Amino acid sequence: MRLPASQAGKLAVFTALALLLAVLPFGTEALLGRSWVRVIDGALLFSMLAIGLNVVVGYAGLLDLGFIAFFGIGAYSYSLLASPQFGLHYPFWVLLPLGAVVAGLFGVILGAPTLRLRGDYLAIVTLGFGEIIRIFLVNLNRPFNLTNGPQGITLIDPIRIGGFDLSKTYEVFGMKVAAVHSYYFLFLLCVIASIILSLRLENSRIGRAWIAIREDEVAAKAMGINTRNIKLLAFAMGASFGGVSGGLFASFQGFVSPESFKLMDSIMIVCMVVLGGMGHVPGVVLGAILLTALPEGLRYVQPLQQSLFGRVYVDPADLRMLLFGLALVLMMRFRPQGLWPSKRREHELKGEA
Amino acid sequence: MSALLEARDVVKRFGGLTALSEVSLTVERGEIFGLIGPNGAGKTTFFNVLTGLYSADQGAVVFDGKPLSAAPHQAAAAGISRTFQNIRLFANMSALENVMVGRHVRTHAGVLGAVFRTGATRAEEAAIRSRAAELLEYTGLSARAGDTAAHLAYGEQRRLEIARALATDPKLLALDEPAAGMNATETAGLKKLIERIRADGVTVLLIEHDVKLVMGLCDRVAVLDYGRKIADGAPAAVQRDPAVIAAYLGGNAEAAHAP
Ligand SMILES: Nc1ncnc2c1ncn2[C@@H]1O[C@H](COP(=O)(O)OP(=O)(O)OP(=O)(O)O)[C@@H](O)[C@H]1O
Ligand SMILES: [Mg+2]
Repeated sequence: MRLPASQAGKLAVFTALALLLAVLPFGTEALLGRSWVRVIDGALLFSMLAIGLNVVVGYAGLLDLGFIAFFGIGAYSYSLLASPQFGLHYPFWVLLPLGAVVAGLFGVILGAPTLRLRGDYLAIVTLGFGEIIRIFLVNLNRPFNLTNGPQGITLIDPIRIGGFDLSKTYEVFGMKVAAVHSYYFLFLLCVIASIILSLRLENSRIGRAWIAIREDEVAAKAMGINTRNIKLLAFAMGASFGGVSGGLFASFQGFVSPESFKLMDSIMIVCMVVLGGMGHVPGVVLGAILLTALPEGLRYVQPLQQSLFGRVYVDPADLRMLLFGLALVLMMRFRPQGLWPSKRREHELKGEA
Repeated sequence: MSALLEARDVVKRFGGLTALSEVSLTVERGEIFGLIGPNGAGKTTFFNVLTGLYSADQGAVVFDGKPLSAAPHQAAAAGISRTFQNIRLFANMSALENVMVGRHVRTHAGVLGAVFRTGATRAEEAAIRSRAAELLEYTGLSARAGDTAAHLAYGEQRRLEIARALATDPKLLALDEPAAGMNATETAGLKKLIERIRADGVTVLLIEHDVKLVMGLCDRVAVLDYGRKIADGAPAAVQRDPAVIAAYLGGNAEAAHAP
């Protein structure tokens, strides 16, 4: 069978991309070391979060500054049901969907009281919500020990698929496949699924309704869109991506504590979405990858300073925040539509400039 | 058959200002009904009450034999669709997408349908798209289908709003100053379009300042002044009504309105 040129080209690009993604963790390990494979795994988890937040912020235009809460809810619902905490050990294929549902429910719980709010006011309430969840996680160890408080939950079950335990090292075709690699492939599959899901939602009756609400809520109502339900749906759908990502995170780490779900992380996800290109799935994935990888790169700055000046002048953590703030300011000034915006967004922000 | 729309003693207040004061009017099926009056008379407010954006403080609106509920999305479902005086398109969506949004209320696909791309969803999506394309054709906008709404010319935007409103399959199409900002040629085109819409079985409620357009198009008109209905009837009769002339010329309206 002969394919038309454009289709053959697409196939070639697709095959090349698939091959690249397949060897990525091994190549990275050989070149940069295992810690960078972990960074890639983290980037994939953050990509899912960014895709989820993009539903809420990018499509429906509802600014959510507490999104990390859904990651936490997903992580804890996995942890509590697959760890010695209660002696429960449910399989992942029950727990990941459950995480999506539980996080989705919390999305509705957050969404319901905030329906009338927009912009800054909504941002403040969601910010509060994120903190409330974290504080609950810290304090729900008394009178009944649900979350084990600040110590968090340890010995969380890894994901087991059939007889295959993702936390163990296997030998495949003479190559050592360790946990970081196995999880990489699982996360990659989940990210791909999230991208497909998100794009299908975007190009549907529901997605159009979300975007219509973002564009003009009054006109959306006049077109017969039940803005209350459709906004709640955006909160729920967005949150469920976060919930799945949280469950994956818990199983990968084997340990969770409230420390992992702080306001700074919420802000980070918002930055990924904004920097990458609000409302554009490839853009927000790019944003997630860049913002996970760049801070890691800054780790090299410490030894560099040491060797250049003989001492460390700027702590890498401070430098990170500094550069981060600078990058944001520059972006907002010169490329407010994000690095890789959707056509729609590009028009919008160019029009304003 | 009963009238399509019957408003009874509708009152709407904004603080101390009575924007609508016991307004009653009846729109029959198949007619083009004009709602006119000087600036600030309460015409747009009446539309907002009708479409559920505002709830009336008193009075009732019966549409197609049923009392209208307050929620705006239900007004569209019941068969009332509108355009806005200050154009409210989904500015960054394409013209086609704008009209596709209008199909929302007559279609059903949910999250599961969208995610799994079921046969039913795909069929519905195709139907939405082709109906939207049809309506762009109907309003003379086919050539602009893929263009961002914000980039359309002013008159095109007004027609796109009409196409989007028609996408909800309305029984009553409420147009708020559709000719505002249009030149003479565009206005003539608009007049034809409205006549065609009526001929296709949609009742039209029209707010318009362009007297020539109103007189040439409407079967009946009602005149609002300071929230009160001061006249209604055939256009020619209303035009001669002394109260109407006084209202438009300023007359004693100011004094009459003083609390
Ligand atoms: N949301 C609101 N809050 C307060 N006052 C309002 C509101 N909407 C309208 N009004 C007031 O109600 C009165 C009627 O306004 P409306 O917009 O209905 O007039 P109109 O007849 O449409 O006028 P125009 O021909 O200028 O469009 C005006 O005095 C206006 O200022
Ligand atoms: Mg008006």
